[in-house]
Amino acid sequence: MSEYAIRAEGLVKHFGDVHALEGIDLAVRPGRVYGLLGPNGAGKTTAVRILTTILQPTGGLAEVLGVDVTKDPQFVRENIGLAGQYAAVDENLTGRENLRLIGKLTHMPKPAVAGRADELLARFGLEHAADRPSKTYSGGMRRRLDLAAALVHEPPVLFLDEPTTGLDPASRQDLWGVIEELVADGTTVLLTTQYLEEADRLAERLAVIDSGTVIAEGTPHELKSQLGATVVEVGFPSSDAAGRAADALRRSGAAGAGTAELRVEGHLVELPVDDGPKAVVSILRTLDDDGLSPTTINVREPSLDDVFLSLTGHKAEADRDAEQAATKGRGRKQRGAA
Amino acid sequence: MTTVTTTVDGPATRTAAHGNTLSWLVSDSIAVTGRYLKAYQRVPQLLVFSTIQPIMFVLLFRYVFGSAIPISDDVSYVDYLMPGIFVQTVLFGSTSTGVGLAEDAGKGLLERFQSLPMSRAAVLIGRTLADLVRNIFVVILMTAVGFAVGFRFHNGIGNFVLCLTLIVVFGFAFSWVAAVIGLGAPNSEAAQAAIFPFIFPLTFASSAFVPTYGMPDALRWFAEHQPVSIVVDAARTFVLGTVPPTKDGHQVLLEGSAGGKLLVGLLWTAMIIAVAAPLAVRAYRRKTG
Repeated sequence: MSEYAIRAEGLVKHFGDVHALEGIDLAVRPGRVYGLLGPNGAGKTTAVRILTTILQPTGGLAEVLGVDVTKDPQFVRENIGLAGQYAAVDENLTGRENLRLIGKLTHMPKPAVAGRADELLARFGLEHAADRPSKTYSGGMRRRLDLAAALVHEPPVLFLDEPTTGLDPASRQDLWGVIEELVADGTTVLLTTQYLEEADRLAERLAVIDSGTVIAEGTPHELKSQLGATVVEVGFPSSDAAGRAADALRRSGAAGAGTAELRVEGHLVELPVDDGPKAVVSILRTLDDDGLSPTTINVREPSLDDVFLSLTGHKAEADRDAEQAATKGRGRKQRGAA
Repeated sequence: MTTVTTTVDGPATRTAAHGNTLSWLVSDSIAVTGRYLKAYQRVPQLLVFSTIQPIMFVLLFRYVFGSAIPISDDVSYVDYLMPGIFVQTVLFGSTSTGVGLAEDAGKGLLERFQSLPMSRAAVLIGRTLADLVRNIFVVILMTAVGFAVGFRFHNGIGNFVLCLTLIVVFGFAFSWVAAVIGLGAPNSEAAQAAIFPFIFPLTFASSAFVPTYGMPDALRWFAEHQPVSIVVDAARTFVLGTVPPTKDGHQVLLEGSAGGKLLVGLLWTAMIIAVAAPLAVRAYRRKTG
């Protein structure tokens, strides 16, 4: 097997004048979870569609397990599973029938189909609903069935296109647990999401895409540290008090290395620190010793949201309706929802 | 929730089996057909609704308009009408191919199929075959309805079976036309709206309900040469046998033998499939890719 389970190099996709992808590079090692993070219309779904052989790229290279998706799409289809944001299950069929249908269509040996369906129903907690038409399922159950359908033929590579979009928080947590189990089994996962929390929790590496290009790549930790450390923000009744507090903190070195980068902004003193809670204790002790009482105290952890905002200049969670209109209608994507 | 035991290396890579294309086409098509038939079985309303409209047409033409449509002394209007109703039934029924595919596209099902190692054509073949099966079922129901309102076939059951066979095969051809339109539509409502204006004039500007001799010249020419009339006329010839002209000397049926008409009807059917099927495959590719 090649070094990477999924690889894209200079991947380009144009729909007429709409440039959905403008040369993206991705490389996912086997058995890892890789997150594609970006706002609506960034090109995430287009990238997934190309890698899953649904779309033909305009240019560049797309490989799954070392095989060019355009040269041997059949091989790729044998080895991938796709679960999408629209929960592509047949509503009129029961959960069991849906899974058996996929089993037949992936050409599993006939005797194995029923057993595999039962196994997945059990694994995804759908046994009790196995013989009910899937239109009676809740949103979360439908997503689980959709995910189960993607796993019927035990693909070593799994593509999850916004697997939890539109789910309530409990169902989302639930699905995250399921995905984590899969990864523990050694499946390679490419996950697209607009939820920073989701990328943070599941992905070992991330690519942030915006307007069809990768604007940052690395582990969630690396991306966050680009923004610097935790900041403790202490407020005072007057800028005069803030100034005196700043002097006191500089003298004492209370917050460790951070005191060097201490900044005073009006009534506020901001200190970048390594360990927020610990720093807060020593800061308060110093201030108390000097008889200074702060009015507010805040600890700001950098989040992927901050990363996202600083990278793209806009918020991550853009208008979802725009995405649905663009992707659902004709399988085309509008660029730049910014 | 239990975890399945797997090896530490994770799921194994599968090598592509490129051989079995034909057997896959067959087995995948059967699987997809089964999927749609199950839906009809599960939602019998779909079947019931597809008979309500034709039944209303039977009642409307048999009892309301039919009283003012003289055919000839030898042929009762209901016997004249029913082959037309059968053809109308399968044509209207074929629209569900397009609507259903548009629905599947909207739900992302076509995309899932596209990502599976299944035969590409099986989705379209499976859907059109399922609608063929459904049309057979509905036409049999409509035969019963016809009998209830006085329809009889005068030319033997063998010929009647031939008549219904031609009609359902013709409906199958129109399923492919509906597939082209449905896959080109942005959603199922639009598909429904786009297919109907296509089917409607073909059904009504034909000899399905009334003889063509009273129509204005241009309309009459169209009505006598378009495939719906040709199939209706062939079906009617199977049911009625030979029919003498009316008192005014008008021919009730077009000239020609039942065998010849069957051949022309099948030729039209084959031509429609030959044009629509590749277009449908292209529309399917475009829809998902």
